[in-house]
Amino acid sequence: MKISFVLNGRDVLLDTDPLRRLLDVLRDEFNLTGVKEGCGEGECGACSVLVNDKIMYSCILPVGSVDGSRVLTIEGYRETERYKVLQEAFTEAGSVQCGFCTPGFIMAAEALLSEDASPDEKSIREAISGNLCRCTGYSMIVDGIKIASRKGRGLW
Amino acid sequence: MGDYINIGRSVRKIDALSLATGADKFTDDYEIHDPLYIAILYSPVAHAEIKQIDVSAAEKVRGVVDVLYYGNVQRVLHTTAGQGYPEPSPYDALLFDRRVRFVGDRVALAAAETREAAIEAVKKIEVKYRDLEPLFDMEKAMDESAPRIHVDDEYTKIPAEYRPEQNLAAEIKIGFGDLERGFNEADFIEEQSYRMHYASHCAIEPHTSCAYFDDRGRLVIVTATQVPFHVRRIVSTVLDIPVMMIRVIKPRIGGGFGGKQEVILEPLVALVAWRNKRPAKVVMSRKEVFISSRTRHPMRVRLKTGVKRDGRISAIEMDCLMNTGAYGTHALTVLANAGGKVLPLFNKIENLKFHGRSVYTNLPVGGAYRGYGATQGYFAFNQHMDIIARRTDQDITDFFKRWHIREGETSAVFKALGEGKEGVSQVINSCKLDECIDRGAGAIGWHGKRGKRIESGRNRVKGMGMAIAMQGSGIPGIDMAAASMKMNDDGSFNLYVGATDIGTGSDTILAQIAAEVLKIPVEMIIVLSSDTDLTPFDTGAYASSTTYISGGAVEKCAEDIKNQLLDTASVMLKAEKDSLKLDAGKVIDKKTGKKVPYDKIAYHTLYIQDQFQIQAQASCTASESPPPFIAQFAEVDVDRSTGKAEVVKFVSAVDCGQPVNPVLAEGQVEGAVVNGLSYALCEDYIFNSKGRMVNPRFWDYKIYTAADIPEIITIVVNSFEKSGPFGVKSVGEIGINGPAPAVANAIFDAVGVRMYETPMTPEKVWKRMKEEGVN
Ligand code: FES
Ligand code: FES
Repeated sequence: MKISFVLNGRDVLLDTDPLRRLLDVLRDEFNLTGVKEGCGEGECGACSVLVNDKIMYSCILPVGSVDGSRVLTIEGYRETERYKVLQEAFTEAGSVQCGFCTPGFIMAAEALLSEDASPDEKSIREAISGNLCRCTGYSMIVDGIKIASRKGRGLW
Repeated sequence: MGDYINIGRSVRKIDALSLATGADKFTDDYEIHDPLYIAILYSPVAHAEIKQIDVSAAEKVRGVVDVLYYGNVQRVLHTTAGQGYPEPSPYDALLFDRRVRFVGDRVALAAAETREAAIEAVKKIEVKYRDLEPLFDMEKAMDESAPRIHVDDEYTKIPAEYRPEQNLAAEIKIGFGDLERGFNEADFIEEQSYRMHYASHCAIEPHTSCAYFDDRGRLVIVTATQVPFHVRRIVSTVLDIPVMMIRVIKPRIGGGFGGKQEVILEPLVALVAWRNKRPAKVVMSRKEVFISSRTRHPMRVRLKTGVKRDGRISAIEMDCLMNTGAYGTHALTVLANAGGKVLPLFNKIENLKFHGRSVYTNLPVGGAYRGYGATQGYFAFNQHMDIIARRTDQDITDFFKRWHIREGETSAVFKALGEGKEGVSQVINSCKLDECIDRGAGAIGWHGKRGKRIESGRNRVKGMGMAIAMQGSGIPGIDMAAASMKMNDDGSFNLYVGATDIGTGSDTILAQIAAEVLKIPVEMIIVLSSDTDLTPFDTGAYASSTTYISGGAVEKCAEDIKNQLLDTASVMLKAEKDSLKLDAGKVIDKKTGKKVPYDKIAYHTLYIQDQFQIQAQASCTASESPPPFIAQFAEVDVDRSTGKAEVVKFVSAVDCGQPVNPVLAEGQVEGAVVNGLSYALCEDYIFNSKGRMVNPRFWDYKIYTAADIPEIITIVVNSFEKSGPFGVKSVGEIGINGPAPAVANAIFDAVGVRMYETPMTPEKVWKRMKEEGVN
């Protein structure tokens, strides 16, 4: 089946099985390896991408379902000003240890901040509760998002 | 202690940027040209003999290139434990065996052009099993009537108690003083057993390996490992490929926690690649990680103490029974640590006995797991001491302060209990545990809340508990690390270390150490780590060794470079070497104020006069393993009607020597704390009656998310460890030891029931309250 969508701001068209996981398409066809696989069952968030600005697990999303949508991965997002603020904040707060979960958390943070530019602690925790991190213990990621929302005032 | 420009500063993790952008590569991100994909067939039964195996249908699946099982693979006994040679774990594993010993044991593999074909092929392998009686209860493992799990030619490489005919994978006995007399002198005897359960490391990156050939036909293995040099050695031995034909590269690693200290997948990718002269790749699914990789060893710890009315302990007996599962990986050393990292903490006890046994069962295989036995030992120890403090009417913080080991003191246990061989005696150079206890108690508000049973709502009551612990810094006399450095034209330096950054930030820490010696910003150090072709040797990232031992190698190496800089500068400046010092990327003559920047020195040596490369290498071993110390406090809110114990606040105060990078050190502690809390309260392997884990997914094996965590406070209490580079000790593991006992002690404080078993789920707490009639 022919599937077209906007990937990181560019129109893409491919002919593939619509049931293929979006994750595999992103990694294998487009070499977007910032999208990680931690569980393959929609439980860890390492594969998070934004589909029409909503956070989604690309490992349980058939590629056919994004036909006509906008898909943003870390590789597209990292070109933005907002990303730079998040990255700075994450580095400062110690939010990155092994970094395997980090792209997923950054996408979740973007989804949150674009809804609510100055979230309180509780909403941050809830917004990232679909992402697992085994290294940091989360507090430092929560701090990172807090710093980003403060320093990035006006951007979201 | 000096004015440091890098040490003690939270410089940015050097890979944070590339990790955040998703650009840095993990194993699965390597573009391997046209690989064979490997899928593995696991045993569905806990204990059986393979009567017959038919791979013909699998071989016919389109795209399948190779199917391997015991019938066509060499039989080489080895251990998958990625430890130094000779490994202290028994050689009891084969790549594929005729016998399967747990649900999840490897039966066969298929290698195919696509992942799908490989998966389809393993489904078509027909296996007929002859069921053997399974053994699930470790307490019965040594019974006469128990089924035997390893009965062939398994053996140990080191002199150690190993009796597979009794399912005994390891046994340790030490003691001194006169136990009998100690118990007789006591005013009362306290005796209890405590149990800890199976757990998965849950590194978010699953185990992944790939292999390909370089242009000269050498085998390159890129793999998610904590032990690249051990991988090379073990693959070489198991597959009989010369070491010189193998290169192991460790890319970025998505967390290890001990789970990747095992050489599980590497021999498989290497074998498939070698046989087929094609690249090969294998990625474990989460389910495979749960059922087939490694776990925390479950342990039952019985503590018996003789206690005087004032709390003095006149005798202690520690008896540990550890379930190592189907294979004996780390069976001896995790067991040893349960005593070796715990008993020295109370070094004034004169009469002591430690007896530990590791036994085989038909359950998942234990392995290294952050804390490495100390976690299991401390769960027992800290609850036991809470009981004694209460019985002798003392606040536990005072009790701990009175009895813990201090600077200038030693414990005979250090010498008696090593990891795989005798330990080394050592005197404690640095211990700020009192300060940890005081500052931790202050931060959690201990004295206002302990023992108060503050009602926090209808049927809800609060309690406070605490725990102390120590760990080690590397394995003395066994671990070795090496580093080399060279200088570039612009005054920057390449630093090559065998040390393995698995997400901990060790690349950054080691760069900080080198930069400190050379008095330059950390950005001037270019780190390359863990590539067996390019970097020198290191035993790997385990045993809390990297900062202390690999850091020691880096410091030595940088000192050598410093010396060469001074020599050259003294020629260039026509000055006495003694009057020169390094300062901000320059060598300065203290007498004249004349200076020469590093880039000029580099030019001079590379192009101008008496040319040579400024370069150095150094190795480091340790003759001691200075323990870091920690005090951890939990405030818990227990719902009496449901038994749910919710941690509302958790404080850790840690003495890890001089922290090289405080933010990274705190990150190590916090990560360990959350893992520890999650393990203490909810993570669990649930087995059915046939020994199958029924919850191998995050959906059912719950680990904490950001929504579950309490307020967490981490205090780093500086001390100075004179044996370590810049005064450092370790920090990677210790934080996981306190959460479970601190929470258990807090639950007791709240509702008056002892939790002798983890995980402390609402059902279990509720049941205990029912038993004690307190709800
Ligand atoms: S890989 Fe998609 S949620 Fe875990
Ligand atoms: S930083 Fe390792 S999983 Fe989050």
